[in-house]
Amino acid sequence: MHQTKVRVAEDALDANATIAQANRADFDRESVRVVNLMSAPGAGKTTLLEAVFREGLGDLRAGVLEGDVQGSLDADRLARFHVPVTQINTDGGFGGECHLDANMVRSALGEVPLDEIDLLIIENVGNLVCPAEFRVGEDAKAMVCSITEGEDKPLKYPLMFRTCGLVVVNKIDLLPHLDYDLDTLLANVESVNPGVEVLLTSARTGEGVEGLREWLVRVHHGEPQGRDDGAPAGERAAAPA
Amino acid sequence: MHELSLSSAILATALRHAEGRPVKAVDLTVGTLRQVVPASLEFYWEIVTRDTVCEGSRLEISVVEATVSCNDCATEWTLDDPIFACPSCKSTSVEVLTGTEFMVESLDISEKEEATL
Repeated sequence: MHQTKVRVAEDALDANATIAQANRADFDRESVRVVNLMSAPGAGKTTLLEAVFREGLGDLRAGVLEGDVQGSLDADRLARFHVPVTQINTDGGFGGECHLDANMVRSALGEVPLDEIDLLIIENVGNLVCPAEFRVGEDAKAMVCSITEGEDKPLKYPLMFRTCGLVVVNKIDLLPHLDYDLDTLLANVESVNPGVEVLLTSARTGEGVEGLREWLVRVHHGEPQGRDDGAPAGERAAAPA
Repeated sequence: MHELSLSSAILATALRHAEGRPVKAVDLTVGTLRQVVPASLEFYWEIVTRDTVCEGSRLEISVVEATVSCNDCATEWTLDDPIFACPSCKSTSVEVLTGTEFMVESLDISEKEEATL
């Protein structure tokens, strides 16, 4: 036996990026824009989407792809708003994947009525680490950061905060009840992702939700949102200008 | 969990290039911006490689520091904290030069010697 060195020089997430491109091509064919919505568990993604859909998005027809480790509780909540909701469960293997990857989204695409919608919101699994690594074919990434999570989170999870084109700061109705320094949070967000758009919302009272509706409409109109310096090179080159 | 997903992605890449030959080591470069914990990656590597040609192989991880350059004054610096603002002129128009790598660079593979008389 002897050893040889085989040169690979390949991004380990290239396989995911290739599938993400295929998803993107399918979305483009149906003129559907896609948002990857991420957050820690319990930040309020589903409640925010309920608040968005309560008053609707005007002429914009939205659908939701709901990623959860288990169950369909979130999908059931959103289906009440007569929005097409498709559930992906990531359980199996080591007890449930902690994020959606391009292949999981691809496997569910057959059940998403792409020809009936203009905008697909992919509600990722609640987690501030893994979802930031795996592109799924989205046009824009947004994250929800609730004020019960602490002001230091941008510095602890910079990849997530830096990869998103929108940071929604949720649960601001709780500000009077917490020792929370909103200015510190905003400064930390700005340090990690200078110039990123920030919205202050309360999904409970509806405050600020109109800003999220407007942002979703802008994504639908094809305005580029966010930076791409963490994406594998192959996919970045394929992204529309 | 992060490192479990990533070690599976490394394994898939390594298996494709190994083409069934036994792998002794996998060279990987990881940028500090990827938030990967090398020891955790090595722990999961041992688990995900079981019953594959990569079983028992070493994961040789080279960590690449995050370096950033300022688009306004051309200062280059190494990022110790995730603060993307120029230390010289305070500009936030900056470009990440290194630190986002997650590359399988090469594999050390055992080859059988040609049969000789």
